[in-house]
Amino acid sequence: MPNAIETNGLVKRFGATRALDGVDLRIREASVYGLLGPNGAGKTTTIRILATLLRPDAGTATVLGHDVVREARAVRQQVSLTGQYASVDEDLTGYENLVLVARLLGLGWRAARDRAAELLEAFALTDAAGRQVQTYSGGMRRRIDIAASLVAIPRILFLDEPTTGLDPRSRNQVWELVRRIAAEGTTVLLTTQYLDEADRLAQRLAVIDHGRVIAEGTSRELKASVGANALHVRLASADQRERTLQVIERVLGNGVLPAADSMEVAARLENPAQAATILAALTEGGVEVAGFSVGNPSLDEVFLALTGRPADGEAPETKT
Amino acid sequence: MISDALPTGERTHQLLTMRARPTPASAPSAVATLGWRAMLKIKHVPFQLFDVTVMPIMFTLLFTFIFGGALAGTPREYVQYLLPGVLVQTIVFITVYTGMGLNADIQKGLYDRFRSLPMWQPSPLFGALAGDVFRYSVASVLIIVMGLILGFRPQGGVVGVLLATALVLTFGFALSWLWIIVGMLVRTPESVMTTSFIFLMPLTFASDIFVDLSTMPGWLQTIVGRNPVTYLANASRNLMHGQDALADVGWVLAASAGIVLVASPIAMRLYRKER
Repeated sequence: MPNAIETNGLVKRFGATRALDGVDLRIREASVYGLLGPNGAGKTTTIRILATLLRPDAGTATVLGHDVVREARAVRQQVSLTGQYASVDEDLTGYENLVLVARLLGLGWRAARDRAAELLEAFALTDAAGRQVQTYSGGMRRRIDIAASLVAIPRILFLDEPTTGLDPRSRNQVWELVRRIAAEGTTVLLTTQYLDEADRLAQRLAVIDHGRVIAEGTSRELKASVGANALHVRLASADQRERTLQVIERVLGNGVLPAADSMEVAARLENPAQAATILAALTEGGVEVAGFSVGNPSLDEVFLALTGRPADGEAPETKT
Repeated sequence: MISDALPTGERTHQLLTMRARPTPASAPSAVATLGWRAMLKIKHVPFQLFDVTVMPIMFTLLFTFIFGGALAGTPREYVQYLLPGVLVQTIVFITVYTGMGLNADIQKGLYDRFRSLPMWQPSPLFGALAGDVFRYSVASVLIIVMGLILGFRPQGGVVGVLLATALVLTFGFALSWLWIIVGMLVRTPESVMTTSFIFLMPLTFASDIFVDLSTMPGWLQTIVGRNPVTYLANASRNLMHGQDALADVGWVLAASAGIVLVASPIAMRLYRKER
């Protein structure tokens, strides 16, 4: 199958900053692909170039075989973008917004009204159809915004941080929507700072940091690159962190993973049996353990392992 | 049961199934649709019309009754001179809203959606302008009706008034392009207002909208006499009162054409350029 999206050495500068510093992507059609990275990593810039809103300073990008600069119109004909901020007119009602987009996409008035009504129903917004979007809750705004992107079903849907700022229930709704859209054959490229979001939705993902792809693969592959078995020890009190680290290092030699949370210690295990030894050693050493688990490393840990700092872009934590 | 749960099943499946995308709207159709959007905005936010109605009414009343006696003998005589000028002043001022509206749309991300649609790219600009010209027209009608109530008696009759209004609208349309540029360059709608008022205040007050040129000191006459707004005020006064306005009208049309020729390519360039 050909690639739906292909970029080669994309570079984008904003003044002195290099927002993108050579991004290469290969995204297959009919999949959900995640761009994962902290704020300012270059995720939005990548999406804006692919949606023809920005021109790259160097490198090339093709969307469904069309060059995003030279054949921008052909690209626009096949893609939809839902930006980070609701790109709908807040003064208009939800219904009017959808009719507006439908008309601009070339539907006749009647067809536009019908499409708007059925989308509102599908997005559980019929009751709010006649209200101005500015009265909508965050979750409703997101839904109307995604609905506007589906007025004509695109072959590729760009979703820029689709769940940022949403409550857990609205987030679940958006996830459910993304799955359904993808199930119908639309390729979804989404950006996210939430590692569990990428983990749940995307078949493949690229981890972006400082304008570069630092890792690419399925979430399973990325996790495996960090180590198949990860131990998580949740502490009852942060005071005992030091002691816990000593115990683990004594058993494992090394393998302690940097953690973003002071109440937690994570480590890579060579085999799961080591967990029992560690638990015994901790109990013996008088460490009060609030939680203890062995499993795949979380994408948080993947990110830490790849960049040496937590995904939220804070300074690297010094290992003790 | 949660009321906003997403419906499932065959219905949703049909909705999300890929169909051939329609042929995108033609340029005129896209512009008309975006003009429709501007009308909807007026419907939902009628406050937008507040400025274009209350300000000119206030200005006309204040100037007519406070200065009218002093400037022209009686308020009724003064309103004959003032009214075409108030029309000019109002329209020139409200052109700023074009830039403010555009700026707000860009900041909110709405233009990201517009620009990612497969339509003629400048459609949103022209759609917004169409809506603005409608607002200017509403303001013009209101001002003229109020003038008639206050005793304004245009000697040029209906034709003269219509011609004058058309001329003012033309100039307003041209001027809007300047604020479109400002709207794309600055960060907030408020900065659009502040920036443009720096130009608009002297442009409208250093003109002969309120008082005749001959009452001003010589050096000021030189400046005021070259102000395009003075030409516009003169032209609309003369048209409304059925006097020869050919030279002034020519000047205004030339100035409008000049502004559009210079400003619109810059505006388009900025529009196409990324943000």
